[in-house]
Amino acid sequence: MSTLPHTARAIRDAVAAGEVTAVEVCQAHLDRVVATNPSLNAFNTVCAERALAAAAAVDARRAAGDVLGPLAGVPVAIKDNLCTNGLRTTASSKILDTFVPPYDATVTARLEAAGAIVVGKTNCDEFAMGSSNENSAFGPVKNPWALDRTPGGSSGGSAAAVAAGCAPIALGSDTGGSIRQPASFCGIVGLKPTYGRVSRYGLLAFASSLDQVGPMTRTAADAALTMNVIAGYDRADATSSASAVPDFTAALTGDVKGLRVGVPRAFVSNGVDAPVLEAFDRAIATLKDAGATVVDVELPNAPSGIPVYYLVCTAEASSNLARYDAVRYGHRTTLAPGDTLQTMYERSRDEGFGPEVKRRIMLGTYVLSAGYYDAYYLKAQQVRTLLRRDYDEAFRSVDVVAMPTSPTPPFTLGEKTDDPLQMYLTDIFTVSANLVGLPAISIPCGFDAHRLPIGLQLTGRMFDEATLLRAADAYERATQWPTLASV
Amino acid sequence: MSSLSLEDVERIAALARLELTADEKHLFVRQLTDILTYAEQVQRIDTSGIAATAHVHPDQRVEREDEPRPSLGVAAALANAPDADADAGLFKVPRVIG
Repeated sequence: MSTLPHTARAIRDAVAAGEVTAVEVCQAHLDRVVATNPSLNAFNTVCAERALAAAAAVDARRAAGDVLGPLAGVPVAIKDNLCTNGLRTTASSKILDTFVPPYDATVTARLEAAGAIVVGKTNCDEFAMGSSNENSAFGPVKNPWALDRTPGGSSGGSAAAVAAGCAPIALGSDTGGSIRQPASFCGIVGLKPTYGRVSRYGLLAFASSLDQVGPMTRTAADAALTMNVIAGYDRADATSSASAVPDFTAALTGDVKGLRVGVPRAFVSNGVDAPVLEAFDRAIATLKDAGATVVDVELPNAPSGIPVYYLVCTAEASSNLARYDAVRYGHRTTLAPGDTLQTMYERSRDEGFGPEVKRRIMLGTYVLSAGYYDAYYLKAQQVRTLLRRDYDEAFRSVDVVAMPTSPTPPFTLGEKTDDPLQMYLTDIFTVSANLVGLPAISIPCGFDAHRLPIGLQLTGRMFDEATLLRAADAYERATQWPTLASV
Repeated sequence: MSSLSLEDVERIAALARLELTADEKHLFVRQLTDILTYAEQVQRIDTSGIAATAHVHPDQRVEREDEPRPSLGVAAALANAPDADADAGLFKVPRVIG
């Protein structure tokens, strides 16, 4: 990277002070995208002209003495399952490969209204279904720290883009860990807000009771800055919450004295790679040295998170993805004379969806079908309630619950693609926050012997992202792990 | 233990409106059996008297006045259609009624 500032806060301040123009910042980040995309494949679409025009508009507003927004001139990358008006949005699926949304997702509209500059749309697992970004119709993303490794998924392109310096902020979506696990694999910060904290309007739906949009950044402060812009009630999303939105940047006191950190030791000790467990224990010790209190907690139902998650999310996916019918938008098969409407539906969907998406639609259709609903879907929804009680009990004695984000460092490309169940098991520590709706953050907590990033996950009380960001910021100040990969 | 047959997979595919190839059907017989067998562990958990989680914020009020609001125009709504008649304002599909 050049000598230009490279956090969102520093860019925003430098643009506002006239030390650098928004166009210069934008061009430097676009150059970085062009330089890294051949090796990383982090972007499905780069919108250089649109970005430079938006940056020029910020510079013009500053020259005219207008008030600038809280992200004025800050480049952002948007996961390609979030609608951008007039800019292709594919969900990394062949079924949407030419889809141009006629409207903006609320989060992208809010970012642009705050002066942020959209540089492009990031690669992801198809419809956000995956844990390695290998389920993309546009090819896998590579990890900027080691090109033979996955960046994680499903928001792998967003994570790689931030770690490689293509943008200080990317938006991701998280249904079972899709912000936090790639943040962990790429050595950056990723926050899944409380369910309902951020509008889902314009997010291409995967599992509506679990999906949540959130920031991926290199610092906790930039995550807080982004949350200030994207959080809050939206009348276009009936599940968005009217809860008051605090100034998240005001929470960053640098102090964790008195913070009670819960560690579910029995859950965390099982099936975790040694380097991850060592990094986790060091991170807990660092928080303790900084004044936090460490408390043992139990989450007896957490080991059931994976089966519960894959029953619930596939059921919802099978319903949500029924909309891809080749009528109003999306891929339609080439019809022969005499082909029926039924054939059009079935063949278009078979051609348009990739293997993992079909697998999940099939599984979800099965668990919702007559005779199986009670044994699978209803049972899973009941265990979800038990899991919620586990967390309620834990939060009686602690303020945050700490776990590794992923049981392993980033794994090798192709390592798990033939065995979907092995891929699903990598989500063991992330799915429960989605199942119960709680906010959770992944922050960098070191590297293994191969210099592969490891992440620490903190889960907080309902609507208490502020405490997560405060702890993340304090830990970051105490450790200063590098977050910019030199691709 | 769950064991899906080829006929089960074909029945589900028809419900899901997916025209699977023979290879895909055989792959899904194996993979869906594996996943469901794994998922059956939830059936051992005692959930008697436990309510299902319908929403993580059950107290949230979602009612609001039903007010007309601006919406997409016809041209924008048709712009992404694989086959549309823009003049008539229609999505076109294969003939349904003989």
